[in-house]
Amino acid sequence: MPKKVIMTQEDMRRTLARIAHELIERNEFLENLILVGMHTRGVPLAKRLAANIEGFAGARIPVGTLDISFYRDDLSSLDLQPTVKYTDIPTSVDGKSIVLVDDVLYTGRSIRAAMDALTDLGRPQLIQLAVLVDRGHRELPIRADYVGKNIPSSKHEEIQVKLKETDGVDEVTITPTPGAKEGQ
Amino acid sequence: MRTTGQKDNPALQIKPKVPETTSIWQHHHILDVDDFSREEIELVFHTTRAMKEVLSRPIKRVPTLRGKTLITLFYEPSTRTRLSFELAAKNLSADVANLSASASSVAKGESLVDTLSTLQALGADIVVMRHPHSGAPYIVTKYITASIVNAGDGWHAHPTQALLDLYTIQEHKESLKGLKAVIIGDIMHSRVARSNIWGLTTMGIEVTLCCPPTLLPAGLGGEQLPPVNVEPNIELALDGADMVMTLRLQLERQQAGLLPSIREYIQLYQLTEARLARAKPDALVFHPGPVNEGVEISPAVAHGPQSVINEQVTNGVAVRMALLYLLAGSQKQ
Amino acid sequence: MKHLLIQGGRIIDPSQGIDVTGSLLIAEGKILWLGKGEATPPQPDYDVLPAQGLIICPGFIDLHCHLRQPGFEEKETIATGTKAAARGGFTTICCMPNTSPPLDNQTVVEFIKAKSASEGVVRVLPIGCISKGRRGEELAEMGELASAGVIAFSDDGEPMLNSHLMRQALDYSRAFDLPVIDHCEDKTLTAGGQMNEGVISTRLGLRGIPNAAEEIMVARDLALAQLTGGRLHIAHVTTEGSVELIRRAKEKGIKVSAEVTPHHLTLTEERVIGYDTNAKVNPPLRTKRDIKALIQGLNDNTIDIIATDHAPHTEADKLCEFDLAPFGISGLETALGSLMSLVHSGEIDLVALIAKLTQEPAQIIGNKYGGLGTLATGASADVTLFDPNLEWVVEPKAFASKGRNTPLAGERLKGRVMATIFQGNLVYKDDSIKVKAK
Repeated sequence: MPKKVIMTQEDMRRTLARIAHELIERNEFLENLILVGMHTRGVPLAKRLAANIEGFAGARIPVGTLDISFYRDDLSSLDLQPTVKYTDIPTSVDGKSIVLVDDVLYTGRSIRAAMDALTDLGRPQLIQLAVLVDRGHRELPIRADYVGKNIPSSKHEEIQVKLKETDGVDEVTITPTPGAKEGQ
Repeated sequence: MRTTGQKDNPALQIKPKVPETTSIWQHHHILDVDDFSREEIELVFHTTRAMKEVLSRPIKRVPTLRGKTLITLFYEPSTRTRLSFELAAKNLSADVANLSASASSVAKGESLVDTLSTLQALGADIVVMRHPHSGAPYIVTKYITASIVNAGDGWHAHPTQALLDLYTIQEHKESLKGLKAVIIGDIMHSRVARSNIWGLTTMGIEVTLCCPPTLLPAGLGGEQLPPVNVEPNIELALDGADMVMTLRLQLERQQAGLLPSIREYIQLYQLTEARLARAKPDALVFHPGPVNEGVEISPAVAHGPQSVINEQVTNGVAVRMALLYLLAGSQKQ
Repeated sequence: MKHLLIQGGRIIDPSQGIDVTGSLLIAEGKILWLGKGEATPPQPDYDVLPAQGLIICPGFIDLHCHLRQPGFEEKETIATGTKAAARGGFTTICCMPNTSPPLDNQTVVEFIKAKSASEGVVRVLPIGCISKGRRGEELAEMGELASAGVIAFSDDGEPMLNSHLMRQALDYSRAFDLPVIDHCEDKTLTAGGQMNEGVISTRLGLRGIPNAAEEIMVARDLALAQLTGGRLHIAHVTTEGSVELIRRAKEKGIKVSAEVTPHHLTLTEERVIGYDTNAKVNPPLRTKRDIKALIQGLNDNTIDIIATDHAPHTEADKLCEFDLAPFGISGLETALGSLMSLVHSGEIDLVALIAKLTQEPAQIIGNKYGGLGTLATGASADVTLFDPNLEWVVEPKAFASKGRNTPLAGERLKGRVMATIFQGNLVYKDDSIKVKAK
């Protein structure tokens, strides 16, 4: 499989630094912010962003994790239930500014599910979305507020984000796949 | 006790310890624990923890089973188990209807298979059934496509009870392997005992049965059953136990000539504080409910610090939610 | 009717000590001639039924089956039951009296005889009740029943609970030289029981029927047989302990005979796993250890005969919770196939097996109905042809019996009846059997 690297470790470091700066710039009240990482790779990304924000602005932003297994709308087409993971947001979401963090934004369905999950947990004042990669092909009217890199792709390509924390290496690759296989 | 703080929450550990999909889950029905692998039981624990998180929210509801119909079919009266299942299903946004034997056409003589065919035609996706005859759910699985969850069949099995009992223990103990469990009471007629024997031994827990010889079932030690110890003397049985499970004594047993009197049973087998002291100091006390206080268990022990009877009930809803979630996935095959 | 020559098969007739390749000529409903090897009969004209590769033996005799008529015709009738018997190679079947009304008087016996003559395809011999109405209180009119033609007395389905009455039965029956058949079960030990008591019943959460329940009654009956000198026949023996008791009794010269069913010889309690109501039978399927003892009992003649205890039920009867299902296995059509597994495994000799199905039951019935269970010249032409090696799959839907209740559904058996002749008439034949002119 001819694999092409679109983001190297250094690319990713710089991108996450830039997104952290954008977050600081656009959110006047950092004390109201919560970063919520979506399982699986959104979680380490959210933690890195929190570390960056603390480094640049001195503010310690709480980080939570969100599992959307219970909210997916594609359950009927899956063979098996996805294994649940845990939702743990350390403070109440009421009145807070939530930034959802995920690795790849594709059809937008995961984000829709995440918003349903968040509103079941309380009433956030604001929900924003930060993604490392936006690969297009939205099926719902959803857009990211902070994008690491726009990677136009065809449905016959697979975009894979690897992170040191989960995969031992930092890189983003794109691979053509034989036959159309729908992603998330 | 597990907490969900950031530091020790397994959810925040970076490497997920379970596979992406529940491919180890092999059940379209939940009839007994005897065919659950260790991995499947651990998957149930894992899923239950997520469900407990849902139960801790102000809105205890997720849309996972939306559009699914769950019908409870109870041929034996039971408020608590039925309610537990009903709440579990509703928390997952399923539609729930209850059918109790007296109210339905069962009383008019409609056969079991016919009742279930009707339920299938009405669109039940999951049927939770409790029945006084062992094996009733097995017959049913041959005739309808809905998933069947056994909420207790005769003397044979009560799988969800065993799973919630196991979940309750593992919340308290670091490791299950090698623990000593003692089950006291009418083993012969108890589906809770049977299912627990399977569940506990699968997880590596050593089981001792303690009861009058007339209430001990035949064939123990045979190949088809997991290995268990038998000790009719309650003091000896309790020595060094990590968990003690007391079973409800039904008055009919004395009437059937299996016991000379309830009084004698109490004298020989009631779990009192003095007897419990022979177990380990951190031993846990279980009872599937409803409790006959003053018969199989003294009120002091039932309400004492070692009793996890109420936790069993709370965990029951979470475990049942987990099982319904896992079952829903099996229906697409 | 033309003569019929069954040609070129292996003729096994234990009653004459014959085991030889040859041919059998049948005429006017009787055996006319038996020839060895290539010999042909002196008669000039006959039809030929080629029997190469087949065993030719006397028609099987079943001393214990339930035909359900009168009273339970939805489960079976004499018409369907005898057709099932024919398919199973049985030319004589003895029907138990637990009908409604029961066979406790001449009128019902006459009814059975009339129905068998008009609608039955094989010989049906009645067994009369021991007690009036099978209620276990007073003796039935055994004399009248004997004159009407019953071949034995039994309250089968129910044990003879009252020892005093059983004694009277064994005593009184001596006048007629007919056996008293007891279904040995101590009901105080078996009340509510569903299957053999043991590890499987514990696993399945079903109340068990312990071995002791049968052995207690066997022991009691043997003591009474000794006391009275009456003829005792023990129905469906199933336990190691029972076999041992009967063996000792025979050594002491007590007049007892015993039977075992094909299912108790080949199936264990493990068949019940999964709550298959088709494996629910009374007495229940037992363990490997009991089976070993039963086979040993057959081989040393402690157990005299094999009888099917054919007990048909409707599909609806058995389609329910295990506890609520009636006991019984429909066994006429699978008997030979399942028994042949014991021959193929070397546990029972083929000739001995045939004897247990022909000569031995004939001996218990006696000569009232002529010489049965034999291919001797002049005997009624009741002949069974079977292929000992043909493999086939049990399909209850193809049964002639109304009872499809068998635990062997879908099972592959090796050994199959290919044709059955009763009084010279071909009452069953497989499609592959072609009768042609000489």
